[in-house]
Amino acid sequence: MAGDRDWWFDEAAGPLIRPYAMTRGRTRPGAPNLNLVTQIRASRNRSDLSQLTPEHQEIVDLCHRPLSVAEIAAYLNVPLVVAKILISDLLELGDVVAGAPFQTSDIVDTKFLQAVLDGIRRI
Amino acid sequence: MSDTGVIPTAVKIVIAGGFGVGKTTMVNSVSEIPPLRTEEVLTEAGVGVDDMAGIEGKETTTVALDFGRITISPRVVLYLFGTPGQNRFWFMWDELAVGALGAVVLVDTRRLDSSFPSIDFFENRDIPFVVAVNRFEGGFPHTDEQVRQALDLDSNVPIVSCDVRDRESSKDVLIALVQYTMDQLAGV
Repeated sequence: MAGDRDWWFDEAAGPLIRPYAMTRGRTRPGAPNLNLVTQIRASRNRSDLSQLTPEHQEIVDLCHRPLSVAEIAAYLNVPLVVAKILISDLLELGDVVAGAPFQTSDIVDTKFLQAVLDGIRRI
Repeated sequence: MSDTGVIPTAVKIVIAGGFGVGKTTMVNSVSEIPPLRTEEVLTEAGVGVDDMAGIEGKETTTVALDFGRITISPRVVLYLFGTPGQNRFWFMWDELAVGALGAVVLVDTRRLDSSFPSIDFFENRDIPFVVAVNRFEGGFPHTDEQVRQALDLDSNVPIVSCDVRDRESSKDVLIALVQYTMDQLAGV
């Protein structure tokens, strides 16, 4: 957890582990369709989690309920691109599943917009 | 491997406007979670960087995005994203615009010109937007018509007055936006 890591550095120093070390130097996600709000959920059937890095495991733990790529990046405190790369790994392993890519038809549907309107009124 | 649990449809509303106009405050007012911050790191080269070779020597820039969440139902989640403060991060705006059902352009009447880039951006992409005038103390008294003229807005673009610190007031802005999006769809 973040608390365990904190003693390594103060804010001025920045994280000692450069973000791309977590991705083994990769700067591009394997799954190109991930965007800020793509929903990610842990799979019911998972591979052997002990084979995964702590960051990968943390993502699987977080995603017991669906979360967006942006939320995962924020909770892990890593840049978006790093989160996307780690999520791509998990997608490839089948440890998480991603929601369908965005369709314009979703937001040009009156029923859908009415549901959003009702939802906002309820908060 | 098939998995049958519900994965919600996610949509965005973009909260745009000049620096210091209250975007994050508005996200904070309506979000069900404390606003989150995520960062995108980019190299000066930006495009065509496929591996780490040579990246160490390049200038890197971090763009921060603040966002919040409203769970509409088990099937629908709405995210509210504030745009990055500096307009030079346009590439980030493009990612924000994908899947946005609409946008709120927050306006401070003391600095109307700082909202021009946002308005141009949404107009050019045909993204429905409302203009929300944040009532700052010391803001110039004005009528909606004066704001409309100063910002050169189409006659159908809604202008709402709001206090972004207030949840109900911020909700009203979002409601006006979704209503307007629906009207556009219905061809009203």
